[in-house]
Formats: sequence, C-alpha cells, structure tokens
Amino acid sequence: MVNWLQRIINRLFRNFFKKKGHVKLGLYGPPNGGKTTLANRICKDWLGEEMGSVSNIAHETREIQIKEEIHIKSDGKELSFNLVDTPGIATKIDYEDFINAGMKETKAKKRAKEATKGVIDAIKWLDEMEVVIVVLDSTKNPYSQVNITMIGNLEARNIPVLVVANKVDLKKSNVKKLEAAFPQYEIVAISAKYGDNIDEFYKSLFKLAG
Amino acid sequence: MLTLHFVPHYKIESLSSDQRIKKLLKLAKQNKIVVLEGRLRKEEETELIKQTMEEINTKFKGIELAVIYPESESNSLVTRAKNEVINFLLGERQGMTIIGPATIVKKIKKDPDQITLLTKEKQKKKRKK
Repeated sequence: MVNWLQRIINRLFRNFFKKKGHVKLGLYGPPNGGKTTLANRICKDWLGEEMGSVSNIAHETREIQIKEEIHIKSDGKELSFNLVDTPGIATKIDYEDFINAGMKETKAKKRAKEATKGVIDAIKWLDEMEVVIVVLDSTKNPYSQVNITMIGNLEARNIPVLVVANKVDLKKSNVKKLEAAFPQYEIVAISAKYGDNIDEFYKSLFKLAG
Repeated sequence: MLTLHFVPHYKIESLSSDQRIKKLLKLAKQNKIVVLEGRLRKEEETELIKQTMEEINTKFKGIELAVIYPESESNSLVTRAKNEVINFLLGERQGMTIIGPATIVKKIKKDPDQITLLTKEKQKKKRKK
C-alpha cells in the first residue's frame, strides 16, 4: 500500500516537472552496451561537445554523469531534457578481469570498488527517472537476467522505456533476437558509434517523451 | 565440491524483502548454488543486485543470476489468464531462480525456456619447488 502510494506521488512529481520541460532522461543498460557512446552522439549532435570517455574495458563509466538542458528538434517539434548517463548494471565485478585487460592490481582493485558503487548509484537513481533508454549490445544474448530485471523494474515503476539495439555496424549483431526477447517494446536499431539510423532514434524518442 | 542448495518457496514466503535477499545472499556467499522455487518480486531482484554490489570484496565477486518463468508472449490468452490465477493463488511460486556465486559459476546462459549453467574450471595449485 505504501509502495503504491509512493509510486503515485513519484508519478505526479515527475509529470509536474515534465510539463515544465525538465524531463530526466536516463541511459541504462549492462556494461559496454554503448550508453556513453550514445550520450556522446546525442551531445555532439545537439551541443557540439562530448559527455564522457569510452573504453573497451568494462565499467569505464563509474559515476552518474548529467548533461543539462539538451534541446533536440525533429519534424518541427522540440524536446528538452537533462541527460543522465549511468554506470553499467552488473551482478558481478571481478578486479581480476581488469588485470587480465592489462591493468595493474592496485588500479584494477580501485576500478572494481568504484564500479560496485556505480551500480548501486545507478539503481538508486532509477526513482529519479522520467524516461529511460535501455541501451543493449545487439551482438550479445539479450536474455541476460540483468536486462530482464532492469526492464521489468522500469515497467513496475511505470517509467516509459525505449530499447535501443546498439552496435548494428558489427557482423554479429542480431536485432531480431532482441526484438523476440522484448516484443512489448519498440526496438530502435542503431550504431551510436557511427550514427547509423540515429534519425530514427530521435523520432522514437519524440514519440516516447515528446 | 559443488553444492546445490534448494530453497522451497515456503521457506521465504513469510520473510520480509530484506530478509529474503539476505538469506539468499548468505547462501551464495557460502559458495553454494542456490535453486529457489519460484521467483523474487521485480523490485527484490533489483535490490538483490544492489546488495550484492555492497558485499563485493576480493573473495566474493558477485553472483550469476537467472530466472525461468512460465510466461511467454506466444502463450495463448487462456494460458496467460490461467497463469495469472495461479500467481494470485500461489504468489510468486511459479518458475525457478538460480543464484550462483561468481567465483564458482562462470556464466548462466539463458535462452527463453532453458538455462545452461557453466562452472569455472578449478585452478591448478602451484607446485612448490
């Protein structure tokens, strides 16, 4: 009962700010799905500058990053939002993986510690979001429990979700598998790195948050 | 030695969310692969991930998690309605949840209706010269 009431209050709070044009748009997903690459693409397209650094080693983004007041235009309409890039959500973090990727032990342990804190922060921030873009790597198995838990949770909180199938420029990309895994959602297939199909992405974003 | 620990749903149904999560995490931290009858609530699954992160150290590296649930878009309307009634009567007792410590479980591969659990190879002990 308390949870239900809390959800209604949150929703009213969210709607109030949405009308004022301060939509909080979160980028969520597992590590190395391309959240920061997409955030950089959006920021470069509309602000002319990048948002954060990207890396092939997982957990490069370990802190919540916010870019305020992004205004995008499509088909004569305008959408304003604050973009929140979150650390990748994972169920395990092993500092030895970072050592295997070429890091020194002290640095690897520090990265692992920061990464665990990042996951906790990303989960805490879920309550703050008004719209969420779930960024998934289309070359990976979409049925991972992290994906299902994350999307199920957003659904339970009544937060509008857009699922992005990223990395379509890669040969292994399988968008159909992703569509089969989440048939209840609109899936936008893009390459955040090269900007493939990015106009379609903005159109879907307008449909969801505009 | 690999230990599978089965947790029947009645063992957790009277517990609070926090107690449920702590109980399951405690078992995983004892290097046991937990097989739970049924599933946690959606918000409990997220809380499980959060609390797992809080517990991570050099020995405990997190968990592998998978849930199998008899819920498919291909199910007919009648089947889905039947599942809803069962859920209402039995709570979250349908399906199965597997939680394995990441030090033992390398990966849980999940395709819609089946789970494959891959364990890590035991590390060879270095011989003393």
